[in-house]
Amino acid sequence: MSNGHSDHSGDLSGSGLTLGYDRRIVSRDLTVSIPPGSFTVIIGPNACGKSTLLKALSGIVTPNDGTVVLDGKELSRYPAKALARKLGLLPQSASAPDAITVVDLVSRGRYPYQRMLRQWSAEDEEAVTSAMAATGVTDLADRPVDELSGGQRQRVWLAMVLAQQTQLLLLDEPTTFLDIAHQIDVLDLCADLHEQGGRTLVAVLHDLNHAARYATHLIVMSQGAIVAEGKPAEVLTEQLVTDVFGLQCQVIDDPQTGTPMVVPAHRRSRSREFALGSGLAS
Amino acid sequence: MTLTHPPAPGAVWRRGNLSVLLHRRSVLVGLALFGLVVAVGLVTLSVGNFAISIPDTVRTLLGNGSVDTDYVIFERRLPRLLTALAAGAAFGASGALFQSLTRNPLGSPDIIGFTAGASTGALSAFLLIGTTLQYVATGAIIGGLVSAAVVYGLAYRRGTNSYRLVLIGVAVQLLLLSTNTFLLMRADVLDAQSASWWLVGSLNGRNYSYAAIAGTAVVLLLPAALLLHRRCLMLELGDASARALGVPVERSRLAVVAVGVGLAAAATASVGPIAFVALAAPQLARRLTTATGPGVLPAALMGALLLSVSDLIAQHGLGEDQAPVGVVSSCLGGGYLIWMLSRARQGG
Repeated sequence: MSNGHSDHSGDLSGSGLTLGYDRRIVSRDLTVSIPPGSFTVIIGPNACGKSTLLKALSGIVTPNDGTVVLDGKELSRYPAKALARKLGLLPQSASAPDAITVVDLVSRGRYPYQRMLRQWSAEDEEAVTSAMAATGVTDLADRPVDELSGGQRQRVWLAMVLAQQTQLLLLDEPTTFLDIAHQIDVLDLCADLHEQGGRTLVAVLHDLNHAARYATHLIVMSQGAIVAEGKPAEVLTEQLVTDVFGLQCQVIDDPQTGTPMVVPAHRRSRSREFALGSGLAS
Repeated sequence: MTLTHPPAPGAVWRRGNLSVLLHRRSVLVGLALFGLVVAVGLVTLSVGNFAISIPDTVRTLLGNGSVDTDYVIFERRLPRLLTALAAGAAFGASGALFQSLTRNPLGSPDIIGFTAGASTGALSAFLLIGTTLQYVATGAIIGGLVSAAVVYGLAYRRGTNSYRLVLIGVAVQLLLLSTNTFLLMRADVLDAQSASWWLVGSLNGRNYSYAAIAGTAVVLLLPAALLLHRRCLMLELGDASARALGVPVERSRLAVVAVGVGLAAAATASVGPIAFVALAAPQLARRLTTATGPGVLPAALMGALLLSVSDLIAQHGLGEDQAPVGVVSSCLGGGYLIWMLSRARQGG
């Protein structure tokens, strides 16, 4: 497949980034690099700027200052469709049009490859078929998206981004609003996409234990800055969780995977003053 | 290669690098609507004080009519019919674009303050400058365009979003509606009555120049709307997804608004602000085609059908007294829409 992703390296980094909305600056002089081929997870407390960073990395938010570079070229210098053939984004607020069917929605992921008179090529069809197969939604193809469960719906959105056939997949809180079983289901799927497809994944997640389990590279943010990054086993320490989240905890080995697992301290052994002092103040 | 998963039930035509996708139901519904429009057109041309048989009507249209039928059809009935068809199509297409843009079944040129602004412009021209239709039409276009520009400008803050567009549109619309009421109350009673007639929408006395205004818009802007179809499909996924899939969101939205307002402006200039067609036609068409996306062409055909049937009823169905076509189209389209919505399993 000429549109495949194996021939690109998918090297994404940002430097000197100042990010914000209107007059509110979220991050200043941020420098970040996504290891090619990694499953990078960005964590941090609410409003620490992790979603904003993801949006800047995907090109849907323009940095006030600084540059994001993909494979040696600034994002802003890519033609829109050319960028969309290299980098896919699943936004947090994805919402399907009324009554759209699964296959119709997944097909929208082919827009970057289509033109006025190239509306549905054999490659489009193959990409959509295999994206639906990879996410296990083939049987749902003709069902309306708004009749599906939250977990199924998220699989469909992932299929749409997969049909885009990009080397890089950016996912903004893909597990929010899902129950625990569906959260794991979606994360397993992400891990499959990472391992089997050789793709680079970048996801914003809330759950530290999920992040520790699935990430090959962890980026920890606090108040708009990156405070730690590296392998979860090296990064996720009791001290870090205390400093960044203002939560006293114990970090033990996950009995299933051996990755770090954060266990919040019992409320009687937690100092209340402490939690109010450094946690809520941020 | 067999079609395992076309994105919607339909046919794919491929040759070399080219491929075209046809939505089966949309094509069938479009053909049926076109047939109905032709039938209603023929009936409209044949009935009246001077009745002409359908074969004679066809003969006259093909250039083999008598002096009498030539006069009645070409001078009296055809310009009015063409105005209705073109304005109906323009309103229908405009509504389809706005409903897609706002992702709201109640979307119409109203939401950007267009109709209320057009009415304010028309009333101002009517009451302050002159009562000829040319003044009123020009006033309507200027008023509509200015209010649309104001709403879009106010909603713009490092880009627009559809939600803010709707809210500001509603606020501006309320302001303009009270201005309209004020203008009507200040006006002379007779003037106010004729102005009200225009405000409801009417096809009385429409000659070829009115058909030309709406017709030109349809010829120029309908293809533009069709070119925007695929971008509309993408914008319906939300700004973030659309942008991530390579759509220039801001430019596309401005283009959709401009084409939608242009269609509504021309239609309003020729028949008055019958915005209800813009609201109902896309909904009715969409329920028949069951397609996603704006469905501009079926909506345009439905708009043409709705307005031409309404005018047929307005002219002949209500005894001696003619009703303004706007009243009939509202009753007809509204009734049909209520019936369809109440039959549907789920609303919206």
